[in-house]
Amino acid sequence: MIKFQCMSRLWVLSVLCLFLTSCGEDSETIKITFIGPLTGGVSAGGLGGRNSADLAITLRNQAPDAKYKYELVSLDDECKPNVGVQVATKAAANKAIVAGVTHYCSAVAMGTVDVYHKFGLPVIVWGAVLPDITYGNDYLEIHRVNGTMINQNTVAAEFMIAQNFSSWSVIHDTTDYGKGHFKYFERALSESGGTILGTFGVNPDQQDFTAELTKIKALNPEVIYFGGLAPTGVRIRSQMNKLGMTQVFQGTSGIVSDAFIDGVGNLSEGVLAFREGAPTEKLPGGKMFMKAYEARNFNEPAEAYGAFAFAATNLIIDVIEQVGPDRKLIRDMLNETRGHESIVGPVTFDGNGQNTIAVITKYVIQDSEWVVWEDSEYASGKRFLK
Amino acid sequence: MDLGFFAQYLINGLVQGITYALVAVGFTLFFGVLDVIKFSHGDVLMLGAFTALAVFLGLDQLASPAWLSLIIMLCIGILAMGLLGALLCKFLVLPLKESPPLNTLLITLMFGSVIREAVRLFFPNGSNPKPFPALLPEASINWGNLNLRLDSVILIITGALAIVVTHLLIQKTRIGLAIRAVAQDEETARLMGIDFKKTVLVTFALGSGLAALSGISTGLYYQEINFSMGLMLGVIGFSAAVVGGLGSIYGAIVGGLLFAFLQTLGAIWFSVPAYKDVFAFAVIIILMAWRPTGLLADRSAERV
Repeated sequence: MIKFQCMSRLWVLSVLCLFLTSCGEDSETIKITFIGPLTGGVSAGGLGGRNSADLAITLRNQAPDAKYKYELVSLDDECKPNVGVQVATKAAANKAIVAGVTHYCSAVAMGTVDVYHKFGLPVIVWGAVLPDITYGNDYLEIHRVNGTMINQNTVAAEFMIAQNFSSWSVIHDTTDYGKGHFKYFERALSESGGTILGTFGVNPDQQDFTAELTKIKALNPEVIYFGGLAPTGVRIRSQMNKLGMTQVFQGTSGIVSDAFIDGVGNLSEGVLAFREGAPTEKLPGGKMFMKAYEARNFNEPAEAYGAFAFAATNLIIDVIEQVGPDRKLIRDMLNETRGHESIVGPVTFDGNGQNTIAVITKYVIQDSEWVVWEDSEYASGKRFLK
Repeated sequence: MDLGFFAQYLINGLVQGITYALVAVGFTLFFGVLDVIKFSHGDVLMLGAFTALAVFLGLDQLASPAWLSLIIMLCIGILAMGLLGALLCKFLVLPLKESPPLNTLLITLMFGSVIREAVRLFFPNGSNPKPFPALLPEASINWGNLNLRLDSVILIITGALAIVVTHLLIQKTRIGLAIRAVAQDEETARLMGIDFKKTVLVTFALGSGLAALSGISTGLYYQEINFSMGLMLGVIGFSAAVVGGLGSIYGAIVGGLLFAFLQTLGAIWFSVPAYKDVFAFAVIIILMAWRPTGLLADRSAERV
């Protein structure tokens, strides 16, 4: 019996030792979480963001003057609000994680802001564009490097009116993201003088859109505006063809991805979309980023928002280098960010933690590639939007 | 409403309705012979589509012509799911025959989850929607506002033919006679020398093969499949079978077409088409309250 007690004490001691050693190892590296959709229909954007954040961490770890070593903890929100809240709680409850680069999907970001606030985890949103993520609360923890859908839709409406289009039908998904786009596009369009003939809120998981599209066919608009993400956009654009519809298809930043072009194939020609910021290669540090990204030989492309994830991760690391790995200090320092140089241009957070980016780029798909409107054959008059 | 648009709605609804009817016929067959509800039916449909896709990808490497690929993937998809259906019946459904019906319901539900998660985890990149090859001719004719595509027509005819063949099989052949006999009275059928087990296994294979056909048709029409496509199709197929009358093939057809018709109507009526499913299911609930045994059933009410 005594032997058993000795043995059990020894066992407890050794487990304790192991635990303490592992704790010691943890404290040497600083953990930052990346959260985005790594599986599911919009995972292309998420994986590009994850790789970009990972690149920022690796580059900093290689820098000789860095005070700390950094580690990225990647979590998958599947672009689903319920999953997002689970993983956000997991990250925020882990004291070893000091900050986060979070969310590509607006609906998920909307669901998780309360979690970050409750646990006091400072985060920078890298892809979600719904204004309410930063403007719908006064949480000090929430920041965002990319722009919002307000500017995007104002530019979209003015541009389309300038191209002599006057009537639209709107299909939007019924998530916060889709509804938000519709709201701001409708507002911008009514100021610019366009008419919306019909609006259709659809389920993002819906597969069949033939009934909605037949109704739109009867309304006969010049343009179909779609507020939603690439998988739904692919289905709608493909099914338009099934009904012999030749209207111009106008999307939002949610479809600016290679996945959209791969999904619709030849039907992608002449599709329009708008996005905050400039194309990666035209960003101030875009060339350096693209070069470093290619050098790492990732399996997936950086996609449209990769540069923002990279910039957000770098900004967090810069702040940690200044104030150390303390959530509160990082939060306060982030809120004082003014004119911080990054690859997406200088970052300045306003009172709500929103980066005051106003640049919006217009894109058109030409020969199965997203081309900046001004550089396209559509702008030079060689091709025409049908 | 313009006649062209009306016809367009009709064609869209018919393609969907036939898909639903194919699923519903399966539910009705299983319930007819064994009084069981096989809740993995939707997932068998999805697996059928993924099997066909895998076969296509393999054939694509061998540069097989499109028509040949289509025939081979259809055959393999349907046969594989037929076999899976028979195995499922032999090892999961029949052993539980004497236990409460709830057990069969639960075990098939769980088996469905296993299939779904297996595809999600083990099919390469299985959690993402997969593009399905467009193997049907894309020619189309415009009549006024109607755009009639050849692929829609082919899918409607194929689905209708499959249902007619199933009907003839049940009404005109020996195995069909056995299925009907077992459905009417299992004990008497056994006494008359009918191989009960074989009859039930053939019925499950038949129903599951139809589900595979439905899954492949869905893939060919929308050119996209995903691991969760069977969930909604399963629920709709089951509702269609119940509202038409479980045990009646005509009932399944009527139920399937009715559901597609309700969805189309919902999409036309509501400014937020996302409500169309709510509308369709609400009408189904009302119909079930009004006719608990289904619109065309001649059997006594059997609640599940």
